Amino acid sequence: MSKFKKKSSATQEIPTAALPDIIFMLLFFFMVTTVLRETEILVKQEIPRADQLVKLEKKKLVTYLYVGEPKEDQFGTESLVQANDAFIGIDGIIQWVNQEKDKLSEAERDQITISMKVDKNTKMGIIVDIQTQLRDANARKIMYATPQKSNDGN
Amino acid sequence: MARSKDKGGQEVNAGSMADIAFLLLIFFLVTTQIATNKGLTLLLPPKQEDDEPLEVKQQQRNIFKIQVNSLDRLLVEDEPLGDVSEIGNMVYEFIINFGNPGDVKRGSDEVSDNETYATLPPSMKAFIRNNLSSTESSDGPSTAIVSLKADRGSSYEIFIGILDQLNAAYNRVYGERVGLTAEEFRKLNRNDPRDLDLYERARSGIPKAISIAEPTKVGG
Repeated sequence: MSKFKKKSSATQEIPTAALPDIIFMLLFFFMVTTVLRETEILVKQEIPRADQLVKLEKKKLVTYLYVGEPKEDQFGTESLVQANDAFIGIDGIIQWVNQEKDKLSEAERDQITISMKVDKNTKMGIIVDIQTQLRDANARKIMYATPQKSNDGN
Repeated sequence: MARSKDKGGQEVNAGSMADIAFLLLIFFLVTTQIATNKGLTLLLPPKQEDDEPLEVKQQQRNIFKIQVNSLDRLLVEDEPLGDVSEIGNMVYEFIINFGNPGDVKRGSDEVSDNETYATLPPSMKAFIRNNLSSTESSDGPSTAIVSLKADRGSSYEIFIGILDQLNAAYNRVYGERVGLTAEEFRKLNRNDPRDLDLYERARSGIPKAISIAEPTKVGG
């Protein structure tokens, strides 16, 4: 009897000292893998909301264009187009689309989808110019990225 | 003696450490937003060749004209309109007007207006017979075009507002055709064969013809 008691008292406590380490590892894993933002956005982004949103299925085919007023004053107040990390001119869009298309496999090139994140104060002139360029570059699928409009009232 | 005291305090109570780490973990899980690819999709028309000017005569009644000037004022079917949210209903009635449906097979899926009409549910047919079928509006969905012409100076915000309304109108037509609400139709998962079938059935014969016209460079 006494022998048995001693044994049980020795194994009663599970060592929990390693538990925080495991949790910390999980934490670090999440902290490292979650990408907050791939590119630093250089333009103002206050995107108007819409209701009839469609979710894109294939993320791989999506590339992003950011349009809006530059955040830094040195670039002026006129709306600019940002692709990847830098501003590009309207004339540079075709070249940029072709570069992006080259990253995809041959069969998927025509399915490239351009997601445009546009500030709400942008004028339509530049948007239409971009559309014309995308059309010429044969990137016909475009998406105006917008957040969901909240259902209550607005 | 002192030694034994030390021994007692040597182990730090690490049990709550896990809780703290858990809290942090949950915080990160909750706050990180995974970038969502959501928005309004639009298919641009194919590239226009310079040597063959594309002049397709369209009957005026088959074009639903929306114009926006640089002050973001709307002109819909040549009438000023104050509220963007009214466009949805107007476009809905324009698309399914069936003023003069024909048997000509049009579009990539080769469905005529009469065939499209035959597939509509009874409630929609009744609505069309009683309220629509106006000879002054579109002949049928295969020829109906919504034209959106925005001035270069108009704002992107109003453009999105209008585009949203147009999509709402089309989704409502598609949804009602297969017995879904616009929202249910919008959320159909096209990777699922059953949903895809519904989607195809809803869309056949009713192309989403939204034309973004080249804007005028100068103007009001």
